Amino acid sequence: MPSLKSLRNRINSVKSTRKITQAMKMVAAAKLRRAQQRAEAARPYAERMERMLASLGAAVAGQPDAPRLLVGTGGDAVQLLVVISGDRGLAGPFNTNIGRFARNRIRELEGQGKTVKILAVGRKGATFLKREFGSRFVAEISFAGKKNVGFEDAAEVAAKITGMLEDGEFDVCALLYNRFKNVISQTPSEQQLIPAAVPEAEDDAAGGPQPQYEYEPTEEEILAALLPQNLAVQIYRAILETNAGFYGSQMTAMDNATRNAGEMINKLTLNYNRTRQANITKELIEIISGAEAV
Amino acid sequence: MATFQLEFVSPEKLLLSRPVEMALLPAADGQMGVLPGHAPMIVALRGGVISVREGGVETESLFVPGGFAEITPTRVTVLADEATPVAQLSRNEAEQRITAAEKVLAELNAEGATPEKREAAMARVLAARAMLAAAQSA
Repeated sequence: MPSLKSLRNRINSVKSTRKITQAMKMVAAAKLRRAQQRAEAARPYAERMERMLASLGAAVAGQPDAPRLLVGTGGDAVQLLVVISGDRGLAGPFNTNIGRFARNRIRELEGQGKTVKILAVGRKGATFLKREFGSRFVAEISFAGKKNVGFEDAAEVAAKITGMLEDGEFDVCALLYNRFKNVISQTPSEQQLIPAAVPEAEDDAAGGPQPQYEYEPTEEEILAALLPQNLAVQIYRAILETNAGFYGSQMTAMDNATRNAGEMINKLTLNYNRTRQANITKELIEIISGAEAV
Repeated sequence: MATFQLEFVSPEKLLLSRPVEMALLPAADGQMGVLPGHAPMIVALRGGVISVREGGVETESLFVPGGFAEITPTRVTVLADEATPVAQLSRNEAEQRITAAEKVLAELNAEGATPEKREAAMARVLAARAMLAAAQSA
């Protein structure tokens, strides 16, 4: 049976752990709100870009000299996977989920005889995958030192990918990240980047089909400028969603940890009181039986 | 006078959205004035100043370093990485950008990069020069 002193020590240590997890939960909640606002603020640009792309893509699709970003190289032998994960831990299964998802995908692709290249964005996913797939890494990017990830950071990643495409280093590029469904659920998902998945031109919500646009300069030239930008926007959105998801997951994890610590404290306190009472009873018995013996 | 909705959107947020009477856009093939009821168009923008007219006077001029604009009869949406009011442009920063952009261009020329890459670098040099011109005129 543990001594009273050791029980007291354990209770105190669990109590301070609970204080820490509680504070982390509140910090995560505040950061989650900010991350969600940023994701919200980025939406108008993405929406309008999508609308332009839809009308442009329809105009250019099927032409033999369509840009590579739109139609890819035609092959699918070399696959570039951009895996986006969090930079920090203590967020429950968040980073492990995306890591495992990526691992399964890599195994599946390699099982089909394809070459896989990995571009890891975020430190945690990189360390997870490095053990098994270290030789497939082409680059590793981390925003750990940055307070806020801005659009320029996403544009840098996009520029790297475009550069690799021009050098013919891969045929197909896909983005793996945790899609932010809501605060408590993020699902790992895959999104194809190259060849670009051009959204279907939808009829306007206000009614009637999309207007027929004129283009200046030509469709091809605008598209050539728009596609790299669109790539950056897609990556930026994935990074923002990962960010929001990370804090959501961290908040849930820390909430659970706080609750578990509370349970543990209750159990230990009960144990402590029982032990204390047992000690008193034992002492009383000793005194009484001593008195009787006299 | 009739108005249309002018929207400035950067990848990070919606910068501006309000009804205006006329906007002057630096389109890739030349300056372009847009009035309400314009035919639907998608244009690429080069680096330059967008000026806005309301109530018959020029009320605002913003510098954009390139981007796109979607024009419909009732709305103009400008997609740009940034939009700075001309009065807030700094000459120093413009000069720094010119130097940086020219350096990149020179490097690309030296290593014989693809025409597309050089063209993009050239566009950045021109955008930076436009920025300096705008800063000086302010």
